[in-house]
Amino acid sequence: MKQLRVLSLPYLVWMVIFIVVPIIMVAVFAFTTSDGNFTIDNISNVGQYANIFVHSIWLALIATAICLVLSYPIAFYLSRMEKHKQGTMLMIVMLPMWMNFLLRTYAWMTLLGNNGIINYLLGLIGLGPFKLINTSGAVVLGMVYNYLPFMILPLYSVMQKIDKSVIEAARDLGCNPVKVMFRVIVPLSLPGIVSGITMVFVPAISTFIISRMLGGGSNLLIGDLIEMQFLGNAYDPHLGAAIALVLMVIILAIMTVMNQFSPDDQVLI
Amino acid sequence: MENIVSLKDLVVEFEDGERILKSISLDIKDKEFVTFLGPSGCGKTTTLRIIGGFLEPTSGDVFFEGKRINGLPPHKRNVNTVFQRYALFPHLNVYENIAFGLRVKKTSEKEIVKRVGEMLELVNLKGFEKRSVNRLSGGQQQRVAIARALVNHPKVLLLDEPLGALDLKLRKEMQTELRKIQQALELTFVYVTHDQEEALTMSDTVVVMNNGLIQQIGSPTDIYNEPVNAFVADFIGESNIVNGCMPEDCVVEFMGRKFQCVDKGFDPNETVDVVIRPEDVKVIPAEKAKLTGIVESVVFKGVHYEMTVDGVDHKWIIHSTKAEPAGSMIGMDFDPFDIHIMKKTEEE
Ligand SMILES: Nc1ncnc2c1ncn2[C@@H]1O[C@H](COP(=O)(O)OP(=O)(O)O)[C@@H](O)[C@H]1O
Ligand SMILES: [Mg+2]
Repeated sequence: MKQLRVLSLPYLVWMVIFIVVPIIMVAVFAFTTSDGNFTIDNISNVGQYANIFVHSIWLALIATAICLVLSYPIAFYLSRMEKHKQGTMLMIVMLPMWMNFLLRTYAWMTLLGNNGIINYLLGLIGLGPFKLINTSGAVVLGMVYNYLPFMILPLYSVMQKIDKSVIEAARDLGCNPVKVMFRVIVPLSLPGIVSGITMVFVPAISTFIISRMLGGGSNLLIGDLIEMQFLGNAYDPHLGAAIALVLMVIILAIMTVMNQFSPDDQVLI
Repeated sequence: MENIVSLKDLVVEFEDGERILKSISLDIKDKEFVTFLGPSGCGKTTTLRIIGGFLEPTSGDVFFEGKRINGLPPHKRNVNTVFQRYALFPHLNVYENIAFGLRVKKTSEKEIVKRVGEMLELVNLKGFEKRSVNRLSGGQQQRVAIARALVNHPKVLLLDEPLGALDLKLRKEMQTELRKIQQALELTFVYVTHDQEEALTMSDTVVVMNNGLIQQIGSPTDIYNEPVNAFVADFIGESNIVNGCMPEDCVVEFMGRKFQCVDKGFDPNETVDVVIRPEDVKVIPAEKAKLTGIVESVVFKGVHYEMTVDGVDHKWIIHSTKAEPAGSMIGMDFDPFDIHIMKKTEEE
């Protein structure tokens, strides 16, 4: 025990310097004016951006839901493949992650543009052009594309621990394939569902690059709002910190609710 | 008694073209306790999986109460399985594990309470209803697995080495338990084990398998007393097996000596396997014996001593109530009816 505690020391130091201290600083900024006096004005000013919050949460939720629906069968299929093929397939799933995030998103700009490849191809068969870029749909697409692997991985990693014989036992006891799914696979993969949702929802709700590149002016998200307060022309780090703080509280609240669904005494074999 | 399950010429080949089962045919009678016995890898689990519906044979037919059921998925078969490593549902407690099959079939709550209660009683797990199955001992998990299968009132219960993970004492207890349950509920049990003692003590019928082939089907007594070939004889009890030939009826020659036996009907000088059980080797003074050997080791086995004796080109295993000191020279003799002559099995 003692040794373990010593080993965790570097990480503890790291946590304090790079996580705890910054959070305290965000909180301090959020509750002070530029001359250092205490105020709650920043926080109450966040209220005027409620529509942006709602829009961000909405898009992030849709993207998370789509990721879950797409990933679930993929992850299940992967986890049931022969062991030696799983590694290769997993690598293919992860392949897009090897490319820089900005490049990946930029590529979608050229694909979705009014004169982009998709509209060009549709034009060839006499359709379009459609307005694809600078829509909420494009933002959601960008989120799904970028964060899909963060859903697949945790799902795969719990599903892969589900013993084949447990599935056979369910079939033996009268389950058709659909019942096997809902009575055994889903309950057993719940921890993966919860962590997959977390890992997609959190970056999706706070992204600013995807909305900037694919969303145009009409899809301002919380992330863009915060960025503008720090690096943009609306420069106001105190308001930025307040928005960030409110976002953090919202995420925390959502995660707490999510975790209620994750059984804690469940030991997967 | 009628046949409840019949297997006809089952062949199983996996992708690599390897034949795992090579023509398995077998009739299982209603209310019978049938055991597949054979060394690891001989195809016992594969055969059981075909009956359960988890594997389709490459060729051959499976009949259930006279109806061909090839291709019928497991959830439509009136058969339940106790899996090799229990395969309990880790997200459900003991009660819900047992109730699983009934819930799937939308049984009424009242009926579920009643039947699960009966099962808990049957397998001695009253009071464990709420316990997570991850916090049960091996023996308790085992009993949940049995209750979970039996609660569905299957006509046939398939059990794949159900006691393999238990320690010896518990295994003995469970053997008796299982046999009692089978007789009380009047069920057909198809049981798989690689433990010959288990097979002989529990079963009505033993099916000895090797290399994807059935070697012998018979009652435990038949299998023990009249093994049809050297493999069965060796697998059922540790046996001394030596090469011999039959110069004439009722005379067998091995290790350069002739002995009286009771077998006849072989071709003149046909080469045969000579099987002699360790307890049938009589130890006599060396100077009076046709066969001699040097005692290599002596181990006390509780009831008898087991001696390894170095003969000319065979190491004899001898069970005797009297130990001879290691290093001494002893003589060996056999009663004619203790010498079992077996036709050589043709190499496949
Ligand atoms: N899915 C499979 N693919 C290829 N070979 C298999 C497969 N399942 C089992 N085998 C092989 O079939 C043989 C018999 O297996 P099994 O029926 O499990 O034996 P037992 O239960 O008697 O120990 C073994 O050699 C095993 O390696
Ligand atoms: Mg097996």
